[in-house]
Amino acid sequence: MAGTETKTAHSAEGTEARGAGLDGVEAGLDALESADTGRPPLRQTLVRKVLPPITAIVVVLVLWQSLITFRVVDDPTKLPSPADVAGEFKDAWLQGTLLGFIWTSVSRGLLGFLFALAIGTPLGLLVARVKFVRAAIGPVLSGLQSLPSVAWVPPAVIWLGLDNSMMYAVILLGAVPSIANGLVSGVDQVPPLFLRAGRTMGATGLRGAWHIVLPAALPGYLAGLKQGWAFSWRSLMAAEIIASSPDLGIGLGALLENGRNASSMSMVFQAIILILFVGIAIDLLIFSPLERWVLRSRGLYVKG
Amino acid sequence: MATPLAEAAESVEHAARLAHVSKSFAGPGGQQLVLDDISLDVAPGEFVTLLGASGCGKSTLLNLVAGLDRPTAGSITTDGRPALMFQEHALFPWLTAGKNIELALKLQGVPKPQRRGRAEELLELVRLGGAYGKRVHELSGGMRQRVAMARALAQESKLLLMDEPFAALDAITRDVLHEELTRIWQETGLSVLFVTHNVREAVRLAQRVVLLSSRPGRVAREWTVDIPHPRRIEDAPVAELSLEITDILRGEIRRHGRH
Repeated sequence: MAGTETKTAHSAEGTEARGAGLDGVEAGLDALESADTGRPPLRQTLVRKVLPPITAIVVVLVLWQSLITFRVVDDPTKLPSPADVAGEFKDAWLQGTLLGFIWTSVSRGLLGFLFALAIGTPLGLLVARVKFVRAAIGPVLSGLQSLPSVAWVPPAVIWLGLDNSMMYAVILLGAVPSIANGLVSGVDQVPPLFLRAGRTMGATGLRGAWHIVLPAALPGYLAGLKQGWAFSWRSLMAAEIIASSPDLGIGLGALLENGRNASSMSMVFQAIILILFVGIAIDLLIFSPLERWVLRSRGLYVKG
Repeated sequence: MATPLAEAAESVEHAARLAHVSKSFAGPGGQQLVLDDISLDVAPGEFVTLLGASGCGKSTLLNLVAGLDRPTAGSITTDGRPALMFQEHALFPWLTAGKNIELALKLQGVPKPQRRGRAEELLELVRLGGAYGKRVHELSGGMRQRVAMARALAQESKLLLMDEPFAALDAITRDVLHEELTRIWQETGLSVLFVTHNVREAVRLAQRVVLLSSRPGRVAREWTVDIPHPRRIEDAPVAELSLEITDILRGEIRRHGRH
């Protein structure tokens, strides 16, 4: 080790010669270690994802029918047959009222959810980022999640009367805490390393929140949205069942209540199946794909 | 040893200047001194490695230089904001490799039309020309660190701080990245302050190796490494100097066993 060598005196040729070899080595290493992230073929998806739930539904139908066939339950006012319920669907469809029932509730539910989104998001950000606000309302906000939103129906009726605004109030009270809490936990779980990396790149304050904190918190936020939708839907059904009025139109909750009043168990079953179906459909059509897309793009999606 | 009292007027002559820097944290037994009176200059274009065992406060020191934390005493001046690379790649998983680099460019104030081209240039520089649209999880550990390097270079800083950036990589990949880093350093004329606990890595890369003692961290000794490039970690002169430094390092560590 003798002689001082300055940077300009480095033997550039030697480095290049080695560097050229390195290119191949690196490409080889890259190829050896890169993850293969192809999507599974359609057939496999069908067998793994679609077949099991269909099987489950068929099993339930068979059990249901056998309860009636073998006269385990021999009272149609307690348990209608699957055919009776199917007939109820058919009638509603032929009368053109089926889609109306669904639309009344779904439009209310989605609009209420959008309101909840518009309120829950800034509220969540405020709780997550401002210590005083967090200390003040953080515990209440997470506590509210365990309060059944049906408890809000009586006060909402008294305050707002029997109209749509009361429905929306109940949805908001049910969904806003979930959405806000989802965002708070999403922000809390942002790895500190990302924040440090962001700060060294000059992303501080609002720019840091926009470029680093929000995108990093997105998975938690989406989980909150998903739960928020479930809460919206539940709250709305509770409100529709309890508060019925001719002005409100017939949504799925009102359909259920009408079935009870008419002692028509097949109509009650019809309403329950529709409520379940819509809840699942919205989740499967909107929230699950959104969540999967976000998780997959980050390499966090674990194939079930 | 670093010259403690050179005048402030020539601060432009330094990519970084640390003057009598101390740092203490509130610990269980009162204030704990982590760094004690560290003075160190990094010249423009110089490659310095900070070497030390656990508890020498290497990472704390880098955080101070990066401006992520403030010294308890002393002063740190750098020529502009330094870029920092971590042991973990710290790439943002919601962005592609290329967009990670473009974010750095954007925060740097580079206008939008120029970003894509510049990002691709930087990817070329780390030999990842085809990786622009790749997601972080689709890249291997070595590729991630190269993208992280490209992102750090996008900041156009004169000083690159590296906090054990290759410690989590396998030996083969690390070896390759040593060559890459040396090449990029030579091509760009950056100053590099590289923290490691790996003696051979320190000697393989640096023009100057600064050994820190532990608890508290102090500058124990410095070596100028004048082994000509291209170097390899297996080269005899590298091994020879590494042995010498290891012996001193072990002496430093031994002191902590005697009480």
